[in-house]
Amino acid sequence: MAESSDAMLGRLAEREYEHGFVTDIDADSLPPGLDENTVRVISAKKNEPEWLLEWRLKGLKRFFELLDEGTEPTWAKVDYPKIDFQDIVYYSAPKQTPTLDSLDQVDPELLATYEKLGISLTEQKRLHGIAVDAVFDSVSVATTFKDELEKQGIIFCSFSEAVQRCPELVRKYLGSVVSQSDNFYAALNAAVFTDGSFAYIPKGTHCPMELSTYFRINAANTGQFERTLLVADEGSYVSYLEGCTAPMRDENQLHAAVVELVALDDAEIKYSTVQNWYPGDKNGVGGIYNFVTKRGSCRGARSKISWTQVETGSAITWKYPSCLLQGDDSVGEFYSVAMTTNRQQADTGTKMIHIGKNTKSTIISKGISAGNAEQSYRGLVRIQPSATGARNYSQCDSLLLGDKCGAHTFPYLEVKNSSSTVEHEATTSTIGEDQLFYCRQRGLSEEDAISMIVNGFCKEVLRELPMEFAVEAQALLGLSLEGSVG
Amino acid sequence: MGSATPLLEIRDLHASAGGVEIIKGLNLTVNPGEVHAIMGPNGSGKSTLANVLSGRPSVEVTAGSVRYQGSDLLALTPEQRAVEGVFLASQYPVEIPGVANSYFMKAALNAARKQRGEDPLDGMDFLAFAREKMKLVEFDEKLLHRSLNEGFSGGEKKRNEILQMAILEPKLAILDETDSGLDIDALRIVANGVSSLRSPERATIMITHYQRLLDYVVPDLVHVLADGRIVTSGGAELAHELEQKGYAWLQSEAAAP
Repeated sequence: MAESSDAMLGRLAEREYEHGFVTDIDADSLPPGLDENTVRVISAKKNEPEWLLEWRLKGLKRFFELLDEGTEPTWAKVDYPKIDFQDIVYYSAPKQTPTLDSLDQVDPELLATYEKLGISLTEQKRLHGIAVDAVFDSVSVATTFKDELEKQGIIFCSFSEAVQRCPELVRKYLGSVVSQSDNFYAALNAAVFTDGSFAYIPKGTHCPMELSTYFRINAANTGQFERTLLVADEGSYVSYLEGCTAPMRDENQLHAAVVELVALDDAEIKYSTVQNWYPGDKNGVGGIYNFVTKRGSCRGARSKISWTQVETGSAITWKYPSCLLQGDDSVGEFYSVAMTTNRQQADTGTKMIHIGKNTKSTIISKGISAGNAEQSYRGLVRIQPSATGARNYSQCDSLLLGDKCGAHTFPYLEVKNSSSTVEHEATTSTIGEDQLFYCRQRGLSEEDAISMIVNGFCKEVLRELPMEFAVEAQALLGLSLEGSVG
Repeated sequence: MGSATPLLEIRDLHASAGGVEIIKGLNLTVNPGEVHAIMGPNGSGKSTLANVLSGRPSVEVTAGSVRYQGSDLLALTPEQRAVEGVFLASQYPVEIPGVANSYFMKAALNAARKQRGEDPLDGMDFLAFAREKMKLVEFDEKLLHRSLNEGFSGGEKKRNEILQMAILEPKLAILDETDSGLDIDALRIVANGVSSLRSPERATIMITHYQRLLDYVVPDLVHVLADGRIVTSGGAELAHELEQKGYAWLQSEAAAP
């Protein structure tokens, strides 16, 4: 006879992680520890201007203040041992020639690593129409299609390169959405961020290809602190993708990134993430702590920022991609699928801050929990007194697989303008024995049935992803639940 | 019974759900080409029988045997039974949000085709195939593109079951009270679906509480189930007799040793 669906779900939840390999590569690393000197060394290694060093040091000062006050954030519904911030390596870079004129100079081991992950850094895959910035541990190792983009005035490069190439743009926008003192992890990131991606889309330009950054943590004991800054000037459009993986390691690794988006008048930014950091093993050993601050500013009238994320990785996820709707008639969107299995924990959601008139926001959050995983949706919708005619619609659905996992919803609604409309809907459901049996009675295997039900549950979010990413995400959701049946 | 292998042969079946024995020594033989009706009062074990045959995990077979095309049916998983041609039209069809009805049916059909060694149908071919079947059960194509059963009326859900049956062309179709809650028009459509499958190779078991479906699909054999056993069998006329006399007279027979 067929086994009980509980046993089957349990087995499916114990998934394998396929990106867990380690690349053996020469690295230039700092010893573990954090003080003013660490920051000065990082800044010097990157040949940064004085103002940026000062900016970093302000972040460091704020971080130590918060650390001394004991104000490390503890409000999230996640549980982990205290992090020793002196035990982390804050800089690790593959040893290679400092500036790369062509991909021929990239260490073949690195190219092979990205090939193995399905990311081609050789520009032969022109048909894909995706420009890639590859970040390996703390530094960007290659950016593709740079020249082609430059013809249209689009700047897409590593953050370090942007500091050298267009310092005035970086200076104007860096920290303008997430300041050095914004929060505990943002302060840490400001002090020690080593690289990340930078993109600037000039006025009236529709970026002709998807821009993407692929993050890979490789070195042991190393924190990854990248910083991404995207600026969409008036009337421009860009679709940006990010993907992430890491080796399997027994210790936890900290990833504290910051993403800042700025959309000026009539500009649109679509930001999609498929996050697949190493989640730890089935007993909860190892995995990435993904403590990330992502925020977009709809600074201009009629601007639009859309966050779409599919989160299947990390031991702990703590992130709330947000929109500051400053411009009149601006639009913020958040579409999220978060899947947690085994002992993963996620506290994720969004913040929509309505400031301008007739601003609109939409939140669609889909949470899937299996095994012993715990997941929370935490979302803030704030309508400021100035936001006449603002509208929000939020929908938070949770799907539970098995009876040992949990889903929680914490919506915060702060409405200070009576002309606004705020709607919130929430549901929790399980994959019922009835649904599974119905599918199996039609000839579908248990795994195909679960994958179909999960993909159906996430459909509203998956359809927001660019085509190629959607296929990857769908496969990932199926893969994440795949067991060893048969 | 003839020399041909029966399609389905149930011998001294005992089955429990939730630790309570519900089927208590049931025997039934279904030959290819036959339509059987199984009637009986609530709680007599009709749906449990359907669940045993389709392999629902919550039902436990404690004794007896079920042979399908000469092999042990109970050794197969629900999905193996399905691709071998056992179809259950569910009494309570489930809703699966976000999964298009057409996608679901195509996946089911392709699973069966794979078993038969046939190439899978792509979206276009499937649609052409499904359109023929939709005519048969007067199915609104709009429903094909909606999420599976989500927001369907009771009648639409039942009709969707019959459409799936028509598309999958099972060897053994089991209709678990498909007729309950249907109006006359819907009943006629269900009957069309069943009649269209009538052929020398296939068989249908219609489980029903009422006689009225049997006005549209005349069964070869009618069995009356009471307290987990078949207490009497007969031709189509038995159904009419039951309609007049009710089930009460059966209780005493079932109690007899």
